[in-house]
Amino acid sequence: MHGLKRELTLEIVFKKVLSLSAIFIIVLILSIFLTLIFNSLPSLKAFGLKFFYGKTWDPVFNKFGALPFLVGTILTSFLALIISLPFSFSISIFLGEYFREGRISSFLKSLIELLAGIPSIIYGFWGLFVLAPLMRIVQMKLGFTPYGVGILTASIILSIMIIPYSASIGREVIELVPSEIKEAAYSLGATKSEVIRKIILPYASSGIISGIILSLGRALGETMAVTMVIGNSNVLPKNIFSPSNTMASVIANEFAEATGDLYLSALVEIGLFLFLVTFVVNLVGRYIIKRYTAV
Amino acid sequence: MESEILKIENLNAYYFDNHALKDINLKIPKNKVTAIMGPSGCGKTTLIRCINRLHELSPGARVTGKIFLQDKNIYEMEPMVVRRKIGMVFQKPNPFPTMSIYKNVLSGYNLNGIRLSKEEEEKIVEETLRKVGLWDEVKDSLHKRGTFLSGGQQQRLCIARAIALYPDVLLMDEPTSALDPISAAKIEELILKLKENYTVVIVTHNLQQASRISDYTAFLLLGELIEFDKTEKIFTAPSDPRTENYLLGKFG
Amino acid sequence: MERKIYIRILKDRLFKIFIILFSFLSTLPLFFILFHLIKNGISSLSFEFLFNLPKPVGEKGGGIANAIVGTFILILVSSFLSIPIGVSAGIYLSENKNKKLSNVVSMLVDILQGVPSIVLGIIAYLWVVRPMGRFSALSGGVALAIMMLPVIIKSTEETINLIPESLKEASLSLGVPYYKTFLLVILPAGLSGVLTGILLGISRIAGETAPLLFTAFGNPYMNLNIFKPIESLPHLIYNYAKSPFPEWHQKAWAASFILILIVFTLNILSKLVVKRWKVRF
Repeated sequence: MHGLKRELTLEIVFKKVLSLSAIFIIVLILSIFLTLIFNSLPSLKAFGLKFFYGKTWDPVFNKFGALPFLVGTILTSFLALIISLPFSFSISIFLGEYFREGRISSFLKSLIELLAGIPSIIYGFWGLFVLAPLMRIVQMKLGFTPYGVGILTASIILSIMIIPYSASIGREVIELVPSEIKEAAYSLGATKSEVIRKIILPYASSGIISGIILSLGRALGETMAVTMVIGNSNVLPKNIFSPSNTMASVIANEFAEATGDLYLSALVEIGLFLFLVTFVVNLVGRYIIKRYTAV
Repeated sequence: MESEILKIENLNAYYFDNHALKDINLKIPKNKVTAIMGPSGCGKTTLIRCINRLHELSPGARVTGKIFLQDKNIYEMEPMVVRRKIGMVFQKPNPFPTMSIYKNVLSGYNLNGIRLSKEEEEKIVEETLRKVGLWDEVKDSLHKRGTFLSGGQQQRLCIARAIALYPDVLLMDEPTSALDPISAAKIEELILKLKENYTVVIVTHNLQQASRISDYTAFLLLGELIEFDKTEKIFTAPSDPRTENYLLGKFG
Repeated sequence: MERKIYIRILKDRLFKIFIILFSFLSTLPLFFILFHLIKNGISSLSFEFLFNLPKPVGEKGGGIANAIVGTFILILVSSFLSIPIGVSAGIYLSENKNKKLSNVVSMLVDILQGVPSIVLGIIAYLWVVRPMGRFSALSGGVALAIMMLPVIIKSTEETINLIPESLKEASLSLGVPYYKTFLLVILPAGLSGVLTGILLGISRIAGETAPLLFTAFGNPYMNLNIFKPIESLPHLIYNYAKSPFPEWHQKAWAASFILILIVFTLNILSKLVVKRWKVRF
């Protein structure tokens, strides 16, 4: 049957197309990784490990040390995480325990969704024109140089941006706590907040930790908002009011103008490092969540 | 026995290491209703899913043995071809939700790219819907989606869809267990009518149903075929004590 | 005895207040941002703003038409690149859950989603801009496409997962081959989910700037040629915000307002798609 033969071939073609597109993903990630390594080679060869503790970033003399950016990244990310914690934590419990369904729940959920949908550039823009002037006033009152922009400003904006993300992971994790153990606690006379603090949170702790780790990954990769309010300074920051640069923001600021192979290669190396760090952070975070949800 | 349309020879079916069907040998007679019964887990659903080669789509599924559809071993045919000749109706009605009633009936043709003229289409739709007793109920809403119908009507639609292809054998996997008693009764009536033109193999765990509508009955237990004979004989004088115990409700 | 219970109940009430307070406090920035966007942006909105090209600094007037068009072209290019592969990969993952390849790819999709967008900009630069010798809409589209992929793959996978097996079996039992079953029965049933995924992916990349900084690069003129640099809304906002000119700052507010409008509209659209087209089982 001529028609049958055609169907059988199409059958095989269809299945092949599907598996090829799956393999494409593997090829894609591998290519990204290899491209980054290959283009970092000049910088890797020139500086080796010194790259990561060298504090001078000097394109003019072709001397590149990325420590300022490492410090900037770590400071902003961790600060953002700490600032966001009480808020995302509250939202997780609000939606996961107090108001699981209903209009209040949907209302808050929509607000959070809207927050999550605001593009990074608009956060940065708003940060630059609204938050930075406010920060300047605070800095003047406290006796610091009124840059306005700097690590703290960037951390605040960053924390606002990661709240929706960590809140949704937190909520899922809390919803997964089995009702049997909650009911056991209630039946012993515990109040709701006691059940939350003493039963739910400990039970969900690994899930919550993975949520924090994944939010860290988000914070590490965030570029535009940070770039606009961090002040674009390539020296080691002195305090949280100093202007600085993160790994992502220095690439954003300098890549387009990078002349010279070594300069470009140094920036690519930073990109490689970012890639690897977010790779590991995401892997670890997802692994913990998988173990938690499988239980 | 009258002429057989299906001959199952030394059939063994596995899910990974689970030996679900053990050496089944069975002959299904033409234009009769054959019931396959047995307690849960006895392999009756596995058996009919082997007949239309749906079993092999399950994870870890393996089959050895032969099944002859009128002298041709279905395992030497393309699964697609087998399924066009052997239709199936499922436990939970599953009309295509994106298609109208009209298109649902014709879906066996449309999806397979078989072109029909408008007259042929309309003839098949009316004829099949009349056969299943749905025509009067839906003739004015043929182009509406099938999902607004009641459970019993949906199931009759699914039967119509299957018989529109004029299959040699119609397999039914507990077709009434998800329906209310009135709809179930209507479908049982339908099955009795269908055997004039089709061969029906019906899996059921409802003993009364089996005795009501089938001509022949096969009793399966833990993957083995215990007994197969005319329904009347099985229900009044079973040869195997296990069959008798099942019928008396001692287990299952 | 009673005092102790009284304290516990007090703690309980306070805790609840704390939770509710902080939950809604965290949404405050949303209102502030929207407020400022509307307050500062609306005054600049006009037909001229939306449909004209930018004028040099100092000259009055001018608009952001090139950026709006550019954003749409970038969306088109990245959709064209990412949708076919994304949907296919999503189908593969849903249909082959037990295979090793599936598990590996699933993990890699998660990882791809976490790759910083600036790194993807570097990649698009190295893969497209350098060999081509110039910045282009195409390179920007490539970076954005890689960003859209995980979103489309995951939502397609989830959509197909939700479609009951019985539908597939109904079609297969009629002798319909697997590929036709998929294309003619399953995909149409899951269309709303796949479309939602695409819309979500688009709304994610519509506001992206970082990967465009050194790929699409920006262009003061209208450009419809994908092999040349192109302006986009987020990029224009970035440039104008950085600049020292107050008129440009003003325009940046208005452009931000338009961008948010687009993003929120896409969001609402995807919800409507689900409402109207979702097939219920």
